[in-house]
Amino acid sequence: MNALLQYAVQGLAAGSFYALAALGLAIIFGVLGVVNFAHGAFYMLGAVTAAVLLDTLNLTLWWSLLVVPVLMFAFGVVVERLFVQWLLRLDPLYNFLLTFGLTLVLVELVKQKYGVSGLPYTPPEALQGRVELAGVVLPRYQLFVFLFSVAICVLVWLVMTRTRVGMIVRASTEKPELARALGINVGRWVTPVFGFGVAIAGLAGVLSAPFRAITADMGNNFAIILFAVVVIGGLGSIVGAVVAGFLVGLVEAFGQAYAPTFAQVLIFVLMALVILVRPAGLFGRKEATA
Amino acid sequence: MSQSTATPAPVTEAHPVVAAANPRLRWVLLAGGLVAALALPWFVYPPVAMDIVAMALFAIALDILLGYTGLLSFGHAAFWGSSAYVTGLIATNYGVPFPVAIIGGALFAMILALPAGYLSVRRSGIYFAMVTLAFAQMVYFVGYQWSGLTGGENGLQGVPRHFFGVELVETDSFYFYYAALPILLLGMWAAWRIVHSPFGRVLVSIRDNTQRARALGYEVDKYKVVAFVLSAGLTGLAGGVFAINHGFVALTELHWSTSGEVVLMTVLGGIGTLWGGVLGATLAVLLADYLASSGFDGIDLVTGSVFVLVVLLFRRGLWGTVRHQWLAWQQRRSSRRTRSGGGTRR
Repeated sequence: MNALLQYAVQGLAAGSFYALAALGLAIIFGVLGVVNFAHGAFYMLGAVTAAVLLDTLNLTLWWSLLVVPVLMFAFGVVVERLFVQWLLRLDPLYNFLLTFGLTLVLVELVKQKYGVSGLPYTPPEALQGRVELAGVVLPRYQLFVFLFSVAICVLVWLVMTRTRVGMIVRASTEKPELARALGINVGRWVTPVFGFGVAIAGLAGVLSAPFRAITADMGNNFAIILFAVVVIGGLGSIVGAVVAGFLVGLVEAFGQAYAPTFAQVLIFVLMALVILVRPAGLFGRKEATA
Repeated sequence: MSQSTATPAPVTEAHPVVAAANPRLRWVLLAGGLVAALALPWFVYPPVAMDIVAMALFAIALDILLGYTGLLSFGHAAFWGSSAYVTGLIATNYGVPFPVAIIGGALFAMILALPAGYLSVRRSGIYFAMVTLAFAQMVYFVGYQWSGLTGGENGLQGVPRHFFGVELVETDSFYFYYAALPILLLGMWAAWRIVHSPFGRVLVSIRDNTQRARALGYEVDKYKVVAFVLSAGLTGLAGGVFAINHGFVALTELHWSTSGEVVLMTVLGGIGTLWGGVLGATLAVLLADYLASSGFDGIDLVTGSVFVLVVLLFRRGLWGTVRHQWLAWQQRRSSRRTRSGGGTRR
């Protein structure tokens, strides 16, 4: 029981990174129709930036959680204006390939600058060590990650459902033509939404900094698991992305505990099962053909 | 589908499959290509020459899906790499002539492609790319974990080159090139036959208008799966030759970066043009070889930048641009001729 709960918390913490990043991926896809291959690279940049901020300016995790998303938002806006916007009217495959190329460049640049060995990162003291909850000893940091990302997801959900901005974004996601017909300038939201998606991927990166080895390659496998996550959740669905993110985290943690050889493969088996049973994903609506 | 932007254009702009419609030009091109393939190891270090031709078949195989069926597979490393491993294992353990081992590898790739294709074609467009990518990553992990068979991170080493009683050692690369070339050329010929067959026409119709193809009674998903398996088989031939050529199989061959590399070659050369794959592969391999020999260790920087530039500025690709200009020129010429010929069209 004790062990089960520990694995569950570990899974939910790992799932937090997937959930947050997949949330960004889903929102970008919803409004821009772009599957952002570089999402893993943005996640990596978030972690690397946090490590550099700690090293040079001695900014702790608390500050990084605030500063890095802002920096990543700006970076996302630049990427969208410089590259992504030119291909929005074409087949989404072109932006997929474009962001793939960007990923190669970003990863290689970080590799050249910071090498291949991991950068060190220590979380603030308040988050170190373990905490006892109802007789179960759990790592403090994992609990924090889980609670923090749930809070972010709830916040995003509130913004999406309760505010005018959220309504516009949802309308642009679900029925862009109708939104336009009602006089909403969908195009105006494209750049900030891309920036937001990048920022939230960067945030996931910051959160994972004390948890994972910070290397240029850390986002590569992450990006591919993210794709599995959104296929499982249903790419059009924001709720689906978050739920599938936590689900995949749990599958990974329990897989590593009970069948370490197959832990990574399990995620893709889960994806294959979902495609067989519900091709549109757990929360996705059935699309016509594309 | 939820998209705020205008209706997406198909990946390849509509173009006739039989490009030049000029049989003489086609024979000239084919003869030129054959001469180039035969002469290549005189000008290029033979193992590199072999890589060029193997990569060319890899890119052509991918183009059957990307250019002629409208499906971007981002997981072809699974077939390339698994065939390389199976070829290497057969050659190492059974001492058979290398073409036999390669055929074994290609068959394995096709068997692997059957379930992968069956699952992947349930989604199309961008989803197809993501599902194939994820599937290939799964194969990568299996290769990584099953180190007893694949050698894990050390790779599979010491793959021999038996050729019907002759042992081609490393210094025989020049002869090995000519021994293996027919396999690759046969593969290319098969690809050419596939895209120009009635079956290939159905694939193009699926690419251009899936609903209409379905309405006409074609079982779209079955055609896609068959195209996927055939493409994987040709990819497997190329991967097998690659394995024997290097005498070594690394995990990189299964990695998604290999899938990306072949997509780049195809897009750089021009989607939907078999010659484009040849051109793209030649340039990519030569560039990689040049960068490696000049001691530059950031090849991804170059690959990634080329990717971005080609996608932003040069979507027709090299061969596609040449063909487009050629067709436009021919059209101008023929319309001028009709006008000066007494105005047959009123």
